Amino acid sequence: MSDIADRVKKIVVEHLGVEEDKVAENASFIDDLGADSLDTVELVMAFEEEFGIEIPDDAAETIQTFGDAVKFITEAS
Amino acid sequence: MFDLTGKNALVTGASGGIGGAIAKALHAQGATVGLSGTRVEPLEALAAELGERAHILPCNLSDAEALTALPKQAAEAMGSVDILVNNAGITRDNLFMRMSDEEWQTVLDVNLTASMRLCRGVLRGMMKARWGRIVNITSVVGATGNPGQGNYAAAKAGLVGMSKSLAYEVASRGITVNCVAPGFITTAMTDKLNDDQKDKILVQVPAGRMGDPAEIGAAVTYLSSAEAAYVTGATLHVNGGMAML
Repeated sequence: MSDIADRVKKIVVEHLGVEEDKVAENASFIDDLGADSLDTVELVMAFEEEFGIEIPDDAAETIQTFGDAVKFITEAS
Repeated sequence: MFDLTGKNALVTGASGGIGGAIAKALHAQGATVGLSGTRVEPLEALAAELGERAHILPCNLSDAEALTALPKQAAEAMGSVDILVNNAGITRDNLFMRMSDEEWQTVLDVNLTASMRLCRGVLRGMMKARWGRIVNITSVVGATGNPGQGNYAAAKAGLVGMSKSLAYEVASRGITVNCVAPGFITTAMTDKLNDDQKDKILVQVPAGRMGDPAEIGAAVTYLSSAEAAYVTGATLHVNGGMAML
């Protein structure tokens, strides 16, 4: 697993308080990992800080799963 | 009780009577205050009076760019914004039938939209800190209406609905959002009224007197405190019984 994926996973685990093995490629933050809509906003904020990138609102809406996040951040950074 | 040591508060409209009193009250409880307003002179005078733990942050709230920059400037000056008091407000009174679009829009922009933008601007820091206090200053007329103030009353009532919605969203993050609704308070604006006008106002007030700005400061201090953690989405009416809501 790439370095980016590890860092994203760490943020998700810490923020949502879920087991690491639950954070699968296609795990949806809201449907599978128990996030509410505000959690997803906070996750995006945390990604922005960790990776020093800007994630615009329309892009943030497309980030639904762990895999989406890794893909977006890989392309953006 | 109500100790605010270590907390950083941004107060808009601090160059006015009520805003200045709010800043003084928060400062007296130990908070560091960021004094925002359009007129620099009274801000400087207030900062000089307060001494340490006071920062001047001039800002014209009708200027969208300056408004966006204000939360960042405040966080840079103080380290964070833990308490936001949206106190700045303007009036452009006119009878409804004569009210221009411009009079309506200006009042909505400064009293409602600017408050929304400042709330949005400070939320990120508060969410991360898992602690925040937002106090929006509304008015008794937002609840009762007032002839000649359709624009002002709409903006103030709008603040109440906005505050309640935001309160829902961020309650789980340790952030409270409340309103303080002053009635008739002694300020430079009310000093201009003649005795006849004042008498007419006072017959509506069971307490039989106008309120003191410090009494608004005390209400804001309470809602900003750790002790008020379980109060959110509320409007605290400070009006001498003029409207018991």
